[in-house]
Amino acid sequence: MAREPVPCAVRAAVALQAGDVQTDLARPGVAVIDVVFPQAGAVGLQEIVFKNFYTAFLTIRVQRRSPADMAGEGPRKWVTCLRNYCLMPNPHTEEGSQDYFSVFRHQMLCDVDEVMAIRMILRQPSPVWLHFTIEELQIYPRGQESPQKDFQSWLSHLTSQEQPENLHGDGLKQTPLYDFHQQHGGKMVPFAGWSMPVQYTHSHLESHMHTRQHCSLFDVSHMLQTKVFGRDRVKFMESLVVGDIAELKPDQGTLSLFTNEKGGIIDDLIVTSTSEQHLYVVSNAGCSDKDLALMQTRAQELRAAGSDVHLEVWENALLALQGPSAVRVLQAGVSDDLAKLPFMSSAVMDVFGVPGCRVTRCGYTGEDGVEISVPARRVVELAERLLDDPDVWLAGLAARDSLRLEAGLCLYGNDIDETTTPVEASLVWTLGKRRRAAMDFPGAAIIVPQIKEKPKHKRVGLMSTGPPIRQHTRILDLEGQTVGTVTSGCPSPCLQKNIAMGYIKSEHSKVDTALTVEVRKKNYSALVTKMPFVPTRYYTIK
Amino acid sequence: MALRAVRVLGAKWAPLPALPALGRPRAAPLPPPLRVRGLGTSALLLAARKYTDKHEWISVENGIGTVGISNFAQEALGDVVYCSLPEVGTKLNKQDEFGALESVKAASELYSPLTGEVTEINTALADNPGLVNKSCYNDGWLIKMTVDSPSELDELMSEDAYEKYIKSIED
Repeated sequence: MAREPVPCAVRAAVALQAGDVQTDLARPGVAVIDVVFPQAGAVGLQEIVFKNFYTAFLTIRVQRRSPADMAGEGPRKWVTCLRNYCLMPNPHTEEGSQDYFSVFRHQMLCDVDEVMAIRMILRQPSPVWLHFTIEELQIYPRGQESPQKDFQSWLSHLTSQEQPENLHGDGLKQTPLYDFHQQHGGKMVPFAGWSMPVQYTHSHLESHMHTRQHCSLFDVSHMLQTKVFGRDRVKFMESLVVGDIAELKPDQGTLSLFTNEKGGIIDDLIVTSTSEQHLYVVSNAGCSDKDLALMQTRAQELRAAGSDVHLEVWENALLALQGPSAVRVLQAGVSDDLAKLPFMSSAVMDVFGVPGCRVTRCGYTGEDGVEISVPARRVVELAERLLDDPDVWLAGLAARDSLRLEAGLCLYGNDIDETTTPVEASLVWTLGKRRRAAMDFPGAAIIVPQIKEKPKHKRVGLMSTGPPIRQHTRILDLEGQTVGTVTSGCPSPCLQKNIAMGYIKSEHSKVDTALTVEVRKKNYSALVTKMPFVPTRYYTIK
Repeated sequence: MALRAVRVLGAKWAPLPALPALGRPRAAPLPPPLRVRGLGTSALLLAARKYTDKHEWISVENGIGTVGISNFAQEALGDVVYCSLPEVGTKLNKQDEFGALESVKAASELYSPLTGEVTEINTALADNPGLVNKSCYNDGWLIKMTVDSPSELDELMSEDAYEKYIKSIED
């Protein structure tokens, strides 16, 4: 089938040069090519094809017309739809330097309908090439079948490379705080495709206890932040999650779950209904690919049926400040009264001079605290300002894991996954009342009956003394029959006992049921225990 | 001792790397080695530590070996909060698992450096497991054992060889 590229005007590349263009010998490392559609005005993109000429990394931004503003009079936003895509695996060598590339609609980070202009940002950090550009640019509009449509999407899957300078070849993404972590003694480890600090100069125990007694700053920029715009954004979100999103007050958030048709949990996420006409969604880094695919597919389906919804991946950094003194520390840098910001509510404010930060009173430690979504280029400055307060220590993944476990919070991939339902996971409270009655969320036909009939097994807390119980530890009843398995566990620094959570047969799930756990072929007694293990200290206003 | 790759955070996600990647040791990580001097008798009293590739050390005096873990290992493991040790009288073959050290984030199995029988365990560790961190070569020792095949000692690494070994696994 023949297909035609959309006519477009490709402007000459503009090189970005620092310093004196005449005398400075350094060649520019960045060039920008703008593309507009003089005939069509706005285009829905299907595919962008081009031939590379020595460009190492490509970022594509698009300027979109708001669907609500067909006259084209309103503000036109630039959003990033491809970020630092690697065209040359090693910028200093020839590989990829003159290849043809295709970027498809489903690979884009945001919706690419109603695109009025495209900006290609070309980067070449290597000084060995005289010139770099892209050539033979062709843009195919939506509605035309691409000859390569049969490709599975994973065949051409793109992952954004936050820091293309990462030439270590470990393939790990880095948050904007990567250098900051190293400067502060962070021990970096791979986590969900990212290089993240597991701990800093203090020991895991010290860091954990400091968070409970004072406060700690965590970099959680690896998490996926998405904005959902459009008139039908609530309908869109409720078609994917179990919670009642419609009932959220302005700037109120909730923990919710993406579920599949079998009732399994695709991911857990926080949805905030902002007063800025969008939903703000934070979900797990380890699930970002499938979360984005899930949301984009549904948004496209709804749009095809005439709904108004579109997504934008928010490239902000995310900091978590957690602990009893977190709010005192933050209050010194904001003019809003944080006493009026209860648990799970959110507001946009200047924080220590950084404008436009979204501060949400939530966290993953059981303590009072906030998560601050901050423009990436100012996150280091903000982190340094917060660290100026001697009460604030940096904390990494190690403390984050033991703190969330004491607070009884699930870790996706360990304690919940696509084989566990919200009822089995003891997360019935996330199922909105109206949603239960209407049975209108994915998997409701399986999940809702489980509430009454009780599932075969469910998630409980366990406590023991003796050797710590960890993931995959077998749980037995007093007769020696296997009744379940531990999904996470560690020695609790606060309680000086072992804590764990795991799935056990429902008949053994009552609090105070005596059980046995098998550690290195020896049996030790354990007790089913109510969670959280350590009382949470969320700031709720009665 | 083997710090196995520990799943701290999630089955889907990459486990923490095994010991070598868990941070570089700071400068001067090891206390000065006890070297055997030229006088014949002192060798029996001040035996040099020998190391396994799993980061246990053993020093033999008068036919009894004292076993512990290296400074490199205790740093990588972090705060030890629980020590699982064998009972006195347990017979061990070289490389048998004889217990485990547990930090908040990880469990690390211990492996016998030699063949022999456990003659004593460090009971102070039950109440104070942190001794393994504070004093891994002295008060934080783990077990004492007989040395049934003295020739096995020759298969272990000297202090210098172990230091080179740590450098090699770090790079």
